[in-house]
Amino acid sequence: MATRAIAVEDAKTGELTEAVHEHPFIVRLCHWVNTVALFVMIGSGLQIFRAFPSFGAKIPQKDLIDWPRSLAIGGWLGGALQWHLTFMWIYIATGLVYVGYQVFSGNYRQVLFVPRDAPGVWPMVRHYSFFGPKPPARQAYNPLQKHAYTSVIGLGVLSVLTGLAIWKPVQFSWLAWLMGGFHWARLWHFIIMWAILAFVFGHLVMVVLHGWNNFVSMFTGWKKEPEYPVE
Amino acid sequence: MPKFMSSPIDRRKFRKMNRRELLKLAPVVALGAFAIPSLQKPLLKAGLGFSDWASAQLFRSGHLAPTFDDSDLTPFAKFPINDYDVDDPGVDFDKWTLTVSGAVQKPGDYTFAQIQNLPKVTQNTRHVCVEGWDVIGNFSGVRLSDFLKSIGADPTARFITVECADDYYESLDMATAMHPQTLLCYEMYGQPLTREHGAPLRLTIPTKIGYKQAKYLTDLKVTHVLGKVGYWEDQGYSEFYGL
Repeated sequence: MATRAIAVEDAKTGELTEAVHEHPFIVRLCHWVNTVALFVMIGSGLQIFRAFPSFGAKIPQKDLIDWPRSLAIGGWLGGALQWHLTFMWIYIATGLVYVGYQVFSGNYRQVLFVPRDAPGVWPMVRHYSFFGPKPPARQAYNPLQKHAYTSVIGLGVLSVLTGLAIWKPVQFSWLAWLMGGFHWARLWHFIIMWAILAFVFGHLVMVVLHGWNNFVSMFTGWKKEPEYPVE
Repeated sequence: MPKFMSSPIDRRKFRKMNRRELLKLAPVVALGAFAIPSLQKPLLKAGLGFSDWASAQLFRSGHLAPTFDDSDLTPFAKFPINDYDVDDPGVDFDKWTLTVSGAVQKPGDYTFAQIQNLPKVTQNTRHVCVEGWDVIGNFSGVRLSDFLKSIGADPTARFITVECADDYYESLDMATAMHPQTLLCYEMYGQPLTREHGAPLRLTIPTKIGYKQAKYLTDLKVTHVLGKVGYWEDQGYSEFYGL
């Protein structure tokens, strides 16, 4: 693995601290641009949903939930559609650049979930949920992290495909058909948004739990005193 | 301590390196332009414009919208009536004509009978509202393309515009106007169009969003340039909105 590791020396004490370059620039750039795009997509999506907050018939209309306007972006349906149809390109672009970079640079190896990671998922879940013993960290990403970061790419792809089926149910009628028709595509799009939000929630909890050095590494790429042995 | 690729570096140099890496993320800040009021409107207009351009590229003249069995139809009573103003603008059917103008060889007032003389088409297609609901309806009428040919419309013209008895107005790109499922509709569910659904003549366009499918038509123009786009479009909704 092409992890760049260095030792940082304190001039006064001569103390050495190790640091690794964990997140390549493209990954960090895509991460933060996508963060903004995802925020806008969900906010404007909820405003669009407010126009018809139901998955049933129009007549009679039974609302699923009265989502507050203050937790939505765009102010009105037309405004929200402008945000949604603008930021979807940014959202898609960051996804494509991220996945493309990971594949061509080989960096995917540190984060892609593969079958041999499967046995390690449960011990991590047990550690976080039930305060079980902490499994030793061997790599930059533990099996649960790999599972989360790989799954969320799948959710991202599904969010785009379900969105495409709603936006273009005629030109991509086969896509809408795969999802059970326009009606179902809209419901899937909504469900996938909540799944992504669930990921974001877990992600933020982990950010808090793993402290400052870990947080900073998403900005600078460098992580001081990594928890795992540097190769 | 593991083996390092280079000898230890000074703390200050490490900080500088981190700062440089952080500054490389400056492009993210550019997204902040969307938060500046004076820039927000033009940026979103450009974004929506790009989506409309992509929509027009994705449109395929020969690709038909899905059609459905009669058993899939939404009951007529549950087919929503959406207006921006009144359900019934009070059209006088006896005096009604469709006034045709613009880039056509035969402009003038066309009677309901003249339009009905063209081949009748019936289709069960999905009507999708921008709000998010959808229904499947039964629509009969004449192909807009047949009508455009009969009036000698200039095929190089880019747009069709329509005006309605309730002051609603809309426009269509020529490719969509010529699509075989784009109808000048005068019947729904085998019955003459009711006033609420746009009698005597409305547009049915299965490849477009609902607000494009204007009701109570009174005027039709073939044109190379577009002034106003449509009632909702001119307030900020998508201009193309092809499905």
